[in-house]
Amino acid sequence: MTQQQTAGPPSAGHADLAEEFLDRQTTLSRIRNILHRYPAVSPALVLLIAVVVFGLLNDRFLRVENLSLITQQVSVVGTLAIAQTLIILTAGIDLSVGAVMILSSMVVAQLAVNNGLPAPVALLAGLIVGLAAGALNGFLVTRFRLPPFIVTLGTLNIFIALTLLYSNGATVRGSAMPDMLTWTGSTFPVGPVRISTGVVVMLLLYIAIAFILGKTAWGRHVYAVGDDKEAARLAGIAVNKVLMSVYLAAGAVLAVGAWIQIGRTNAASPNAGLDLNLDSITAVVIGGTSLFGGRGSVWGTLLGALIVGVFRNGLSLAGLDVLYQTLAVGILIILAVSIDQWIRKVKS
Amino acid sequence: MTAADLQTNGSKVRQPIMQARNLVKTFGRVVGLDGVSLDLYPGEVLAIIGDNGAGKSTLIKCLTGAEIPDSGELTVSGQPVHFKRPQDARVHGIETVYQNLAVSPALDVASNLFLGREERLAGPLGKIFRVLDTKGMRRKAKEELTRLGISTLQDVTVPVENLSGGQRQAVAVARAAAFGSKVVVLDEPTAALGVRESNQVLQLVRDLRDRGLPVILISHNMPHVFDVADRIHIQRLGKCAATITPQSHTMTDAVAIMTGAATA
Repeated sequence: MTQQQTAGPPSAGHADLAEEFLDRQTTLSRIRNILHRYPAVSPALVLLIAVVVFGLLNDRFLRVENLSLITQQVSVVGTLAIAQTLIILTAGIDLSVGAVMILSSMVVAQLAVNNGLPAPVALLAGLIVGLAAGALNGFLVTRFRLPPFIVTLGTLNIFIALTLLYSNGATVRGSAMPDMLTWTGSTFPVGPVRISTGVVVMLLLYIAIAFILGKTAWGRHVYAVGDDKEAARLAGIAVNKVLMSVYLAAGAVLAVGAWIQIGRTNAASPNAGLDLNLDSITAVVIGGTSLFGGRGSVWGTLLGALIVGVFRNGLSLAGLDVLYQTLAVGILIILAVSIDQWIRKVKS
Repeated sequence: MTAADLQTNGSKVRQPIMQARNLVKTFGRVVGLDGVSLDLYPGEVLAIIGDNGAGKSTLIKCLTGAEIPDSGELTVSGQPVHFKRPQDARVHGIETVYQNLAVSPALDVASNLFLGREERLAGPLGKIFRVLDTKGMRRKAKEELTRLGISTLQDVTVPVENLSGGQRQAVAVARAAAFGSKVVVLDEPTAALGVRESNQVLQLVRDLRDRGLPVILISHNMPHVFDVADRIHIQRLGKCAATITPQSHTMTDAVAIMTGAATA
């Protein structure tokens, strides 16, 4: 009894102290909390700093023509990265995005040029190819419960082979295509700059996907599935349906990416853009979306794609070898993942 | 509930809300449930206790649609039901708080409360563009938390991972209470909590019962069970060893029945 009396008040005091201690925030932990809540803040800062630094290093960097060029250089990877973001948000990864886009672009170009189909029909066929590829990935991931990494590693090779078989390895030149297919490569003037249509298409996709992810139940379910699959299932979410729809949506986005690619390169080549797989993952990771799923945004991804574009462009304007661009991108990736890990510690 | 039901409340003629008869569930050669029956009456807290592997979890999984029993009958309000998925049980007004909480850490409190049954805006924005009524859901989430007397959760826009164990449990319980129209099932709700947080959760359980919602409580913690339960269902080796009340037996008796040292 006496023991309790003496032990009672101090232990209550300890509890309060402990709570105070837990509530107390250092500047660092406050920064971490902000980054945790708004994951796009850190890539935005990196982009801002990069633009300022490269602008100081070279006057040509900040010229509007150069900035417009960067957005064009980013448009294809930026679009693939939307699809990649959707899949990474579900704690998956898609190694086949570049291959699906190339396959889709070859089908569009061949049907229009070699088979003489009208451009809208060819584009529709390209969309169907994208959806079918997404359906195959989604089917293997949901029905056979195979890890997305393995599934898309397999389909990556399958799609590359299909592309080469279908095209006989031949490139279709843009000059032979109907105007509608290369429309995404056309530019229109806005004040002193020329803006590429492909960039506008990419931005519209970003707005649409950001809206769907942020404002609809489906978007919330995508995050919930990536965050904790079992919790999502127990909360009544049809996890496999959500996963399947994510792969289908990614396939549709990739088909649009194929269109932008045809316009940007003014050709459809079976050998182009195989490194776009990794570039799209790079954009997503630098953009602050977690590879573990459930955390991130497409706006972060857009920033990530722009950061890579700005680094490559800025370093080459600074007269550095391409090798150093790749080196810089590598360092960026590791920094981005380190920051993600650090932000995640908010939990514990 | 009709007036007649209320009058007979407490006597043996009252109708169980949920009834299980001879549930059998095997996993390969392992027998999880070996013919278990259970009745749940309106406005009571029924605790399910038992040693590890006694079939507690399997039993509630069969009651809540997380597992499909091999044989046996299940009725809700006298109607036979066959749950194939957790959603099926939910449609019948049975809400479950799982031991691992089943909350999505990165989503905020309001999103978690409405996870899987989000509400859309009225009008074309909601119907055509399927825009979520985020503000409305946040308001309702706040109302629900206030109604349950959960005062520690004022900001429903905080991600759940920033909450303490007790607060997360409160979110999970609030979700069940908000949508469970007939039964709320709680699997080890106090297992990971401190003393004060445990007491808050137990108070929530009493509040639910006082609102007429029957609660099934699975717990290892004898003092907690004897504190809130009206009846105690003791599982042993896949069977119901006894159903006792905190008045008829002591904790020592319950442990003895649980371990097979005694029979009821």
